[in-house]
Amino acid sequence: MSKMSLQEKLALLSDAAKYDASCASSGTSKRHSRDGSGLGTTEGSGICHAYAPDGRCISLLKILMTNFCIYDCAYCINRVSSNVERARFSVEEVVHLTTEFYRRNYIEGLFLSSGIIRSPDDTMADMVRIARTLREVHNFRGYIHLKTIPDAAPALIEEAGLHADRLSMNIELPTDTALKTYAPEKNPDEIRRAMGNVRLRKEELKAPTYRGRKAPKFAPAGQSTQVIVGADGANDRTILRSATTLYSSYKLKRVYYSAFSPIPDSTAKLPLIKPPLVREHRLYQADWLLRFYGFEAEEIAPDSGEGMLDLEVDPKLAWALANRAVFPVDVNRAGRDLLLRVPGFGTKSVGRILAARRNGALGYEDLRRIGASVRKAKPFITVRDWRPGGLTDAENLRARFAPPPEQLQLI
Amino acid sequence: MKTITLPRLGTFEAWRDAARDLAAQGVPPEAVTWVMEGDAPTLFELGSAPRDARAKREVTVPKDFPPLARLLCAARVPGAIDLAYRLLLRVSETRGLLKNRADPEVARTEGIAKNIRRDMHKMKAFVRFREVTAEGAARRQFVSWFEPDHRIEELMGGFFARRFGDMNWAIITPEITMHFKEGDLRLEAVTSKKPDLEDETEALWKTYYANIFNPARLKVKAMQAEMPKKYWKNLPEADLIPDLIAQADARVAEMRETAPTLPPVRAARVLDRLQGQQDAPLSADGLEGLSQALKGCRRCPLAGPATQAVPGEGPEDADLMIVGEQPGDREDLGGRPFIGPAGQLFDLLAGEAGLERGAAYVTNAVKHFKFQVRGKRRIHQSPNGNEISHCRWWLDQEIALIRPKLILAMGATAAQALTGQSKGILSRRGCMENGLHGVPVFLTLHPSALLRQPNPESRDEQTRLVRSDLRAVAHWLAAAA
Repeated sequence: MSKMSLQEKLALLSDAAKYDASCASSGTSKRHSRDGSGLGTTEGSGICHAYAPDGRCISLLKILMTNFCIYDCAYCINRVSSNVERARFSVEEVVHLTTEFYRRNYIEGLFLSSGIIRSPDDTMADMVRIARTLREVHNFRGYIHLKTIPDAAPALIEEAGLHADRLSMNIELPTDTALKTYAPEKNPDEIRRAMGNVRLRKEELKAPTYRGRKAPKFAPAGQSTQVIVGADGANDRTILRSATTLYSSYKLKRVYYSAFSPIPDSTAKLPLIKPPLVREHRLYQADWLLRFYGFEAEEIAPDSGEGMLDLEVDPKLAWALANRAVFPVDVNRAGRDLLLRVPGFGTKSVGRILAARRNGALGYEDLRRIGASVRKAKPFITVRDWRPGGLTDAENLRARFAPPPEQLQLI
Repeated sequence: MKTITLPRLGTFEAWRDAARDLAAQGVPPEAVTWVMEGDAPTLFELGSAPRDARAKREVTVPKDFPPLARLLCAARVPGAIDLAYRLLLRVSETRGLLKNRADPEVARTEGIAKNIRRDMHKMKAFVRFREVTAEGAARRQFVSWFEPDHRIEELMGGFFARRFGDMNWAIITPEITMHFKEGDLRLEAVTSKKPDLEDETEALWKTYYANIFNPARLKVKAMQAEMPKKYWKNLPEADLIPDLIAQADARVAEMRETAPTLPPVRAARVLDRLQGQQDAPLSADGLEGLSQALKGCRRCPLAGPATQAVPGEGPEDADLMIVGEQPGDREDLGGRPFIGPAGQLFDLLAGEAGLERGAAYVTNAVKHFKFQVRGKRRIHQSPNGNEISHCRWWLDQEIALIRPKLILAMGATAAQALTGQSKGILSRRGCMENGLHGVPVFLTLHPSALLRQPNPESRDEQTRLVRSDLRAVAHWLAAAA
């Protein structure tokens, strides 16, 4: 095998990394290098330096250390039984790409993942070495996201957390049974255990030491995970329930949902489908409702829809249409919890409504200025100068929001 | 009518000084015209307004006003600076005005401010540096050309200085040039044209851009919403976009039509070896073997949402076995029994009673954490009879292995698992009962019950009871030894 150039390796190992949805670079501790002693900043909000034509943000250099892998996960391009070309970066190569890209303001930092080579411990140790070199040799203060290998020794994960801003472990499939079927070498128990350890370690270090000294920061941007949507038969409620458990058990910052997307050299075990992008989008919306709007999985993915989200209208609107007895809501009197349930009101608009209505009763135009989506909210609210009358219970209300039915096409 | 001319650099500071004086004199907004230096002069007379030393009143503004005014001063929006002055007069009169987004002027201000913030954010994102380091230079040198929509250069210098502190750089815009040299940031108002620069690393960046794109998820509108075409001319990677879009469908069709291939020869070898490692028979017997077997327990539905089954721990020849209810939040994460708040309370009380926890075997009646999710927290739920009896399978084996002289059952769940009877723990505590396993069982309350007592008096009372129970156990063990 002839030696590959850096450019060829980069092509291969970024192509292999694109199925990871996360590209967040936000929410970590603040760092800067104004004094010239290093390179990079993190200032709270993330920055997307480019967007690919798939509409996804490019914030981090997202690459695999290697795409050699001893596991055989059916959904994965890098599984051992695939015939894709293989490559491996050296530590220096990853460090070079990260710092040179960073200096040109292409990226916020590095998202390093890897296939499993030799053993989980060896692989994790190599990844930690890259992070350590960036931090300690190059004084790199940008963002680092490390994909942790659940079976790796806790000491390695601990060191990873001291260098990285975020750690993540993908549970990949929403149920243990599906994981057994499609990723037989992965162990869901180990993944949960490792996530539990990360949470414990993070909380331990948060407490001030005996002398009141601050402990070193451990993965300040928290941990996240990813679930593939549409590869197995799990319905949306199962997925959302599993997300709820993950959020509460391991204090995850995010659960990413990734529509199962065609890969080169697929396996007969898992036929390729058109990626369910709308479903993925609805899951993200539902996830937001769970975390910030006080909804529960059972409410937004009810039995009537066989536990699936409505693809035509967003989950909050779908809930409102199914629970019209709650509406109309009086915007000038209702409490925060109820306002958050009105379609077209986001957390920001609700905050602004609560602040603005101290100056007097709000009218329809006021809501528009506040930034609420009044078109959506209209049938569900009363304000000073607007009442929906029969609109709330109108039979054709759903049709006002759902996209017009498409004519069936011949082939 | 007064006309105030504001400089291109230091715009906000100049506006602030002038506006403060005007406001102090009570000059109404319609009596002032604000002009940017270099812009077409108005019909009215020019010349900066003299600062009036006879200011009549102190003008105070809320904390959130100056940052907002700073943004308005950077806006290339007609009337933005007039708006800033009008708002200045109003915020000094009306308390809490800026919180009222329903106010038309506040809404308009926030609208402009949002655009400026977006422009600033896009500048952070889309500046692209090209390297121009001279040979033998001590610091590396980079140059960028950027065309912001608004006059945001002054607002942005600090960001790039904090980020690229260890290199020299310049960001050139059509009106302003920012120099950062050896740690010093300097801005200069000069008109410039796009410099002609090249950088080899751009080839690597383009390679990355092309390959991180997933052709099966083509969403051109979503891309353009965040990366509008007006920025493309200064982004090296944007050249690739048309081809990537044009080829996307064909690439996906090819993936779909290609028949699955046979796995490479090494795959079978690798998987066999891995299988061998994972299927290795349990390597140990006794307690070690038991806890390994416990890991895979799926006897009841509690195994699903919990992190792990928590095995007992302690010496295999312990005289005393302590049985609690089930692992809690902490125990579930850490994989060890009695490490959470209730465990710590138990350690404290046991220490006071002269009972050494390390000498006892500590375990739970149910090995998985049962909980309900409420918001972001897991709320403990007591296991039901079914779950207790399923899990007794493990408890039986632990008792058979340890063969303790005495079992301390804490709480109703442990009582049920060990005696078959959960009722009336309050009246049964402090007594010895015959266990289902032929080992005497001593009953007491669960320490978490003490933590849950809302009433401090009854908490103290129950704590006292538990302490005396533990003392009784310690005495019993000493007598038996």
